[in-house]
Amino acid sequence: MPRLTVPKEELVSKGHSGCAGCGATLLARMCLKALGPKTVINSPACCWSVVQGVWPRAALKVPVIDNAFECTGAVSSGIRAALDAKGIEDVTVVGWAGDGGTVDIGLQALSGAIDRRTDFIYIMYDNEAYMNTGIQCSGCTPLYAWTNTTPGGKNQEWKQVGKKPIMEMLIPNGIAYGATVSIAYPEDLVAKVKKAKTIRGTKFIHALSSCPPGWKIPSSKSVEVARLATQTGIFPLYEYENGAYMLSKDVKTKPVEEYLMSQGRFKHLTPAMIAEVQRRVDEDYAALKAKCKGAGASG
Amino acid sequence: MLDLMTGNAAAAKAAMLARVEVIAAYPITPQTSISEKLAEMVANGEMNAKYIKVESEHSAMAALIGASYIGARTFTATSSQGLALMHEMLFWAAGARRPIVMPVVSRALGPPWNIWTDHMDVMGERDTGWMQLFCENNQETLDLILMAYRVAEDKEIMLPAMIIEDGFILSHTFEKVDVPAIEEIDFYLHPFNPDVKVNFRKPRRYGSLVMPDWAMEFRYNNALAMEKAKKKWVEAGIAFKKAFGRDYSSLVELYRCEDADVALIVSGSAAGTAKVAADRMRERGRKVGVAKLRTFRPFPTEELLRLGERVRTIGVFDRSYTFAQGGAIYGEVRNALYPLASDVKVKGYIGGLGGRDITEAEFEKMFEDLLAIARSGSMTKDVEWVALKDGSWRWF
Amino acid sequence: METYRDLPQSTYSLQTTESVRTGTWRTFRPIIDTKKCTRCYTCWKFCPDVSIELREEGDYPKVDYDHCKGCGICANECPTVAITMVREDSIC
Repeated sequence: MPRLTVPKEELVSKGHSGCAGCGATLLARMCLKALGPKTVINSPACCWSVVQGVWPRAALKVPVIDNAFECTGAVSSGIRAALDAKGIEDVTVVGWAGDGGTVDIGLQALSGAIDRRTDFIYIMYDNEAYMNTGIQCSGCTPLYAWTNTTPGGKNQEWKQVGKKPIMEMLIPNGIAYGATVSIAYPEDLVAKVKKAKTIRGTKFIHALSSCPPGWKIPSSKSVEVARLATQTGIFPLYEYENGAYMLSKDVKTKPVEEYLMSQGRFKHLTPAMIAEVQRRVDEDYAALKAKCKGAGASG
Repeated sequence: MLDLMTGNAAAAKAAMLARVEVIAAYPITPQTSISEKLAEMVANGEMNAKYIKVESEHSAMAALIGASYIGARTFTATSSQGLALMHEMLFWAAGARRPIVMPVVSRALGPPWNIWTDHMDVMGERDTGWMQLFCENNQETLDLILMAYRVAEDKEIMLPAMIIEDGFILSHTFEKVDVPAIEEIDFYLHPFNPDVKVNFRKPRRYGSLVMPDWAMEFRYNNALAMEKAKKKWVEAGIAFKKAFGRDYSSLVELYRCEDADVALIVSGSAAGTAKVAADRMRERGRKVGVAKLRTFRPFPTEELLRLGERVRTIGVFDRSYTFAQGGAIYGEVRNALYPLASDVKVKGYIGGLGGRDITEAEFEKMFEDLLAIARSGSMTKDVEWVALKDGSWRWF
Repeated sequence: METYRDLPQSTYSLQTTESVRTGTWRTFRPIIDTKKCTRCYTCWKFCPDVSIELREEGDYPKVDYDHCKGCGICANECPTVAITMVREDSIC
């Protein structure tokens, strides 16, 4: 066997219906390597409802329960309660949802599940818009991005606010563990998901999931653009546990312009807009680093 | 064992006797005391169930669908706005063939805010694929929930069921209820053991995306299951009678219909009032009967046709309105009796909405109206609203 | 499956998607130059379609052309630029 840096086992089948270069499919492949076969996934309406394929075929080699758009948190609580009722302890419950289905329509159920301290891992694969329905703006669409419902036009109707700070919203709600992960850093992703499995309570994983059709990038650049997000500080990799923040990789070395200009959805950005994005990213990154320093964790 | 309890206490008791494993609970008047009683029983160890305090009714149904896929017996309860909020997930539970049992304490939908009983909430869910049964009294609330698990979990059925008790009239009124011992229920109701549940040796996707080429056939299979449920309810009723003495062996309970000139179809607690009115009419020599519709889904077409062959003038009392031809039950009864249309007259009465009491006197007026139709052979109006403040003296 | 009688009771899956030949989606195909390949298996790691085959120690990675969608991530990520994307209709 060649020396591999991530587990060998594949729990995603070939022949799934993901777009060529889909970040979310690479993400699922990596997460499942960390999760293993004793996993029950429940997943709402999202790209992955379609990526799994058409009946009678399915692309994941673990049990998957489909559910309606808004209830991933609730279904996860139900699955865990039933496993507890049956005395089954060695199964990981995973909620697998897109950004819209988490921070917008799914927020209530997720907040409820966290409030109930449901023992499960919630993985939000963030492709930064409602992609399954054809690229519409969601709470996770970044500032100034083009989508089909923020199409610019004469009135400059781009996304006017930044992403919902979902990790910061869920920490006071009571998550036991939070982490940001990216397809560009698979070893880091696998380590964090494996760690999440060992912790009791609700674990929230925010995964950056590049989307060639939605971000208007060539499919071959899918991983590279995700890497740029971290290298520009737009998507820093960190963990949260028990009040402590830990920076996973301090690699903020590039200006945001390099990330923004690599994607068609940002090509309309003026220098002033780019400067604004840079200002916010610098501010947020400094704040994050301060939190990490204060808690005594090392990067 | 004979006890005195409210309908809600009876519903909670039934969940305990059924050895429910996962409960999802969210409060809404007039269901709330079911959720509270269950919390008390779980906290005291009287029930060995997992109690999920969900943050909405939509999440309640979603959580139970997940739990049911693991193979747990599930229970929740709701009313009105909560039932309406669950609407999407009711379709999901039925389509996913998850045998969830849920007492619905019927209550009017807003606006305006109105916490009292009417059936528009449950009638709004009649196309979801759920079985729907109406209770006349608290004994029926207890018994039908137990029977519902047996029918719902039958491997040929696997459909969810809602057991409807009228808000406040049943939910909050104390009545005599004979409660079987849990050991006796264990003989009647076996543990939930579904063929279709999460399995790690054969991991599957539950739900899937089905194209137009096969989606209709899945829906057809659900329709066939609802048809089969008619027979299963009768069988469960006969077995219940053998075990506990109370007779639920028909989908429609006929009261004094054997030689009746007219019959009134009623569902829910109002059936009890109608029976008293029928007795009063009988004392005056009028030959009237009450046909209590216990199962609304599955719809008892065959039993109603048999009634229609004997009784040629039939009234239907609805505690709902469909914004088309009268109330929900009226429309479906007329539809079922269409083969006898040239011989049978069906009239609809709408009343009791928003918790308005329907009195024995009003039922007697309905019977008189039906008898007049039977005598004259003609009907001036197909549908009338009962006790409506419309300035007409007839109905006051 | 011919009629409704042949269906399972509810809509659960019966097989994996492996029989779906997504290779037909391709416009470009990756060609691995074994002279430049160092067998680091970075291409295997980053393939979203599980279409680079893991082989024995010492073997070169092999593309599963029945399933490869030609996204080009492997070519973009290969540290020694050992993979080139070649247009399908130029290979006959």
